[in-house]
Amino acid sequence: MEFVQNFPFFSILISLFSGPLCSVIGGKAARRINLAVITVIGAMSAAVLNFTIRSGEAYVYLMGHFPAPWGNEIRVGVLEALMALFFCVVMFLSMIGGSLERTLEIETEKENLYYVMVNLLLSSLLALIYTNDLFTAYVFVEINTISACGLIMIRQNGRTIEAATRYMIMSLLGSGLLLLGICFLYDMTGHLLMSNIKEQVQLLHASGDYHIPLLVTVSLMSVGIAIKSALYPFHAWLPDAYGYSTLSSAAILSSLVSKGYIFLLVKIFYRVIGFDIVRDSKIVNVLFAFGVVGMIMGSVSAIKEGNIRRMIAYSSVAQIGYIYMGFGIGTTAGVIASLYHILSHAATKSLLFVAGSGLTDASGDSTSFFDLTGAGYRNKLAGVAFTVGSLSMVGFPMFSGFISKLLFAQAAVDSVYYKLLPALIALALSTILNAVYFMKTVIRIYTPAKREEVQRRGFRNVTVADQKAKSVALVCFIVLNMALGLCSEPVVRLLREGLEMFA
Amino acid sequence: MSRKLSEQEYGKTTSGQLRKWLDGDQDLLLGNVEMQPQKPFEEDEKTKKERAEEKKRVLKKVYDLNNNRQVRVFEKLYRVSCALFCVLLLAMLLMAISQLPSIGAAERPVNNEVSRRYIEDGLQETGSVNIVTGMILDYRAFDTLGESHVLFIATCTVLILLRIDKNKKKELEDEQNDSVYEPQNDVILQTVARILVPTIVIFGIYVILCGHLGPGGGFSGGAIIGAGLILYLNAFGFKKTERFFTAKTYKKLSFCALACYSLSKCYSFYTGANHIESVIPLGTPGAILSSGLILILNICVGIVVAGTMYTFFVMFRKGGY
Repeated sequence: MEFVQNFPFFSILISLFSGPLCSVIGGKAARRINLAVITVIGAMSAAVLNFTIRSGEAYVYLMGHFPAPWGNEIRVGVLEALMALFFCVVMFLSMIGGSLERTLEIETEKENLYYVMVNLLLSSLLALIYTNDLFTAYVFVEINTISACGLIMIRQNGRTIEAATRYMIMSLLGSGLLLLGICFLYDMTGHLLMSNIKEQVQLLHASGDYHIPLLVTVSLMSVGIAIKSALYPFHAWLPDAYGYSTLSSAAILSSLVSKGYIFLLVKIFYRVIGFDIVRDSKIVNVLFAFGVVGMIMGSVSAIKEGNIRRMIAYSSVAQIGYIYMGFGIGTTAGVIASLYHILSHAATKSLLFVAGSGLTDASGDSTSFFDLTGAGYRNKLAGVAFTVGSLSMVGFPMFSGFISKLLFAQAAVDSVYYKLLPALIALALSTILNAVYFMKTVIRIYTPAKREEVQRRGFRNVTVADQKAKSVALVCFIVLNMALGLCSEPVVRLLREGLEMFA
Repeated sequence: MSRKLSEQEYGKTTSGQLRKWLDGDQDLLLGNVEMQPQKPFEEDEKTKKERAEEKKRVLKKVYDLNNNRQVRVFEKLYRVSCALFCVLLLAMLLMAISQLPSIGAAERPVNNEVSRRYIEDGLQETGSVNIVTGMILDYRAFDTLGESHVLFIATCTVLILLRIDKNKKKELEDEQNDSVYEPQNDVILQTVARILVPTIVIFGIYVILCGHLGPGGGFSGGAIIGAGLILYLNAFGFKKTERFFTAKTYKKLSFCALACYSLSKCYSFYTGANHIESVIPLGTPGAILSSGLILILNICVGIVVAGTMYTFFVMFRKGGY
């Protein structure tokens, strides 16, 4: 066994350990430790990715002295390592992008608690990515939920408390349904280890035993995770949670937390139940329908919204709809498109949040749409970054959003006839609606504002030198976005290889 | 800015104009395209009044919740559909459960090689007489590691929500601080607490320390100690407890406990995965110093659980300590 193979376990343990550590030290030291931990884990994930690409197969790592069905284990392949690396990159950029807001919006005495939340959130995401045990996944889902609540309400005003309460209720409902599903599965198969459950489920499916409980289990788990990741009819908690929390929380929540759950769903589909059984159970068709509706309705709500942060948040609902539509297509190509969209949306949405806050900084901290008039001139870099993010969301070539839309369209064309047309129409319609609200905003920020108005409101120009950390984050996000858009081929190949190793 | 052209001449060149446009000084379209200037919005007093009244009427009609038919219909529909949905879900789940293997049957899938090894070989492999403890702290220790961090992060979230800033606390009037009205120095409570608290705490310590020998363990023992601390606090007030237990103590204690847990598990996971023989002896089953790391892990979990219970209580009562 090579030393590199220990790295996934090290990264989970380091982030778990750094959580309590941050609670006993001051805010500034905690911030440094947090950034160091994310960097170290990112580097480790890159090494693991390199190792798995070279070895060409997934490996199993024992968590303890006892082999798998008795003890815990984690399983590492290309897909897992890629996701871990990407999550670390996005989290790092979100953290430095929102550092200014954190000092302003969080009480100094509670600042170190914020880093406790972020570190434990990272550890739970890593554990969700790597684990090969369904119950371990549930334990870390709990950590994920609680820390996400903390991230929302650390900026204490009425709206965030309300948002955190809503998030808590909805998210716990989702966790409960997931736990019910796990209990059903354990009762039917007698295992908690994913690979063993899959063996038993294949046998049950072939013999036809427990047909109804199996169906109920798959639907309970899918619905539970759909609630937690804000699929369309369950999205009521989302706009407030993303719209009023502090900047780095909003970026992390929208680009990582919901994606961690979606990754768990992929894992359940591929490694616990088996994708062919999921497809036979027709659950994918339900997910497809809700995904399509979500793509349209999320955009419609975003068009109506007059607050830029909430508008970006509503756009997430539409993008989550895309991802579920990809699962719903029910082919491997569809799942690859969804996985690519996870990456693309994570890179773009956090960019939009950070750029949006740069624009509001130049508009007297007002998030109102009309106050943003001419903000693109007052904060040039944020304007450019927002334009890049918007073009990517709309699906403009060169940016990551284009590739994911292309992959979705290709997957839809190769699928069954009754999904082809709805998927393509929804894609086209959603693209137009995206263009309506994003281009509207881009035009608004590049409409020169009246001199007197700017002076009367005291809007100041924000230069790169004023906000160094945010500018670095914005430039990195733009580069990441264009890298995903211009060199998509290797990424898609990695995703395909990873998915083959995954099951 | 070094520039050969004068400001005025530069303004006429293309780059100058682009710069002006970027700065928002000049609209390129203005003056070059035929445009009608926007008329300021005007309306006479009468229409203004009418519009205001119209708006008032609409608002009154919409927000007159008692007589709004649509709202009433919606509420009824909402309730009926809620009930229908619940019944449907209940029927679905009951149907699914009725088809699951019956409880207690020997041929249940749960009775497989996994539980057999836990029961038959658990004592030899973990050295713990209490198989449940051996299972959660040795076979599946990773889950329990996560679970104790759940407790820790829950406390941190409560601290975020309820902890009152020390500077702000002074501003709070005593009127708003309802702990002023609580009975203080209650003789009956204090006498009972004097007898009970030591007993409870010692019993909790016993439950933690004997977690691997009999029923008990870190979670239950920690809860008992936490209850004892809460009783002590209620009887003697914050002044006495704050001498030995504050938020800082809690954080330090739980950091030490969780770090100890993480490090010891780090060692055993690392040796396990790399197939290195662990040097920790299992000891004689039944002795207090036996079963490898389980005793230490139980103590760690116990400390975290007790601190969590106590902190929850204090936060909800006072918002800081």
